[in-house]
Amino acid sequence: MSAAPTLPWGTWLRVFVRLFAVQGSYNYEVMIGNGIAFAAEPAFRLLPGGRDGPAYQAAMARHSRYFNAHPYLAALAVGALVRAELDGEDAVRTERFRTACCGPLGAAGDRLVWAGWLPFCSALALLAYGVGVSAAGVVALFVGTYNVGHVALRAWGLRAGYREGLKIAAALGSPVLRQGPLHVARGVALVSGLALPLVLHRTSDGHPFSFGLELACAAGLAGVLARWQGRIDGLRVGVLLLVVFLLYSVVR
Amino acid sequence: MTDVGTLALLTMLGAVVGLDFVSFPQAMLSRPLVSATLAGLLCGDAGSGLLVGILLECFALETMPFGASRYPEWGPASVAAGAMAALQHGDAVPNARIVPFAVLAGLACAFLGGQTLVWLRHFNLRVAGRYRDELVAGNAAAVLAVQWTGLVVDFGRAGAVTAAFVLVLEPARTVLAGALHAGADAIAVVVVSTIAVGVAGAAVWKVVHTAKGYQWWLLAGGLAGSAMAVLR
Repeated sequence: MSAAPTLPWGTWLRVFVRLFAVQGSYNYEVMIGNGIAFAAEPAFRLLPGGRDGPAYQAAMARHSRYFNAHPYLAALAVGALVRAELDGEDAVRTERFRTACCGPLGAAGDRLVWAGWLPFCSALALLAYGVGVSAAGVVALFVGTYNVGHVALRAWGLRAGYREGLKIAAALGSPVLRQGPLHVARGVALVSGLALPLVLHRTSDGHPFSFGLELACAAGLAGVLARWQGRIDGLRVGVLLLVVFLLYSVVR
Repeated sequence: MTDVGTLALLTMLGAVVGLDFVSFPQAMLSRPLVSATLAGLLCGDAGSGLLVGILLECFALETMPFGASRYPEWGPASVAAGAMAALQHGDAVPNARIVPFAVLAGLACAFLGGQTLVWLRHFNLRVAGRYRDELVAGNAAAVLAVQWTGLVVDFGRAGAVTAAFVLVLEPARTVLAGALHAGADAIAVVVVSTIAVGVAGAAVWKVVHTAKGYQWWLLAGGLAGSAMAVLR
């Protein structure tokens, strides 16, 4: 594979910013397909003939079709597709790549971000609240920590995708994507374990009940919900218990 | 009643966090602990907003936005819930008593908000269908039009949903505040936080139980957290 053609900084920046809106027209037919074309469009202007050329129009038509992946790791696909178009890759090969990379990019992103980084940052914010940090501090810690990972992942994806082109398997084998979810899950377990008793302690500060009783009730509820996971939904059980308590508060 | 200025600010906040949830930029401003705290701040009591936000965040850990699955929308719902907890009505009802209502309202609104996201996706599909021929031909203007329409409509949807939630919940809050037993103040937050922490505990287990050795990390954290809480 030849060296990647150099993209002007302005083009990088436009593509990068548009990546944050990749799900802007999310729908049940092409999913984020239109968003992929939208994000890659500034780079396609560099194709022979510019915006009025047939290469540009063909690329826009190809990439506004169905595509689905984790929104953050879609950056990897956009980088690779831009590189493929600028290298003049065969359209059939590019289409095969688009089809093949949806599943891996979706699964890797879901594990790393939705089931890893997001709950970790939530738990970190809960811990901050539990130890008495102010409202501004809790919000700043959560938004700051989460977005360091978020923005870095999108930036890495775009650069790695553009560097590797259609051979992004090497990027998908990165230690961050392979080992990251395991380490983040352990972090979630540790920080959540720390945070939840402290949240309980702070929220019920000054009440007449014992902390031990509350903790035992919360742990019992968590145990029941975990034991029957799949059969009962924690969110619905929580709503039901709240309704019962609210009715009790009104009628007693 | 909420004055027009506060309602406008809450609507704008709801629109921003609603847009953030899926469309742009997914910076997690839509998470309850952020949205509810900001709503509380706009209503003059960031602390009450944060309390409701933290409790809703415990519930939100239960839902992960995987793929095209349907999930509650937390942003506008948390704005409304944070506002309900923080609004001062001069009715001398302590905000602690209203916390269970605010949290329950937040959960109910999150489910309703999630349904409006489904409608948005069907709307986006109709817009894309209108431009089908241009998209097949590789017309960049059509790609931009579809994308910008989705973004603008999502912004408007989230704002409208937030305003509707606040306008519906506020009278309900007033009625309920009068009906709640005065003795419920002390126990209200305790009960809600016990339920929320229980749900969060199960949600965390769901996330981590496939990781090798997770139980030791969870146990170590739990013991240390409990010890710290007792010693505080």
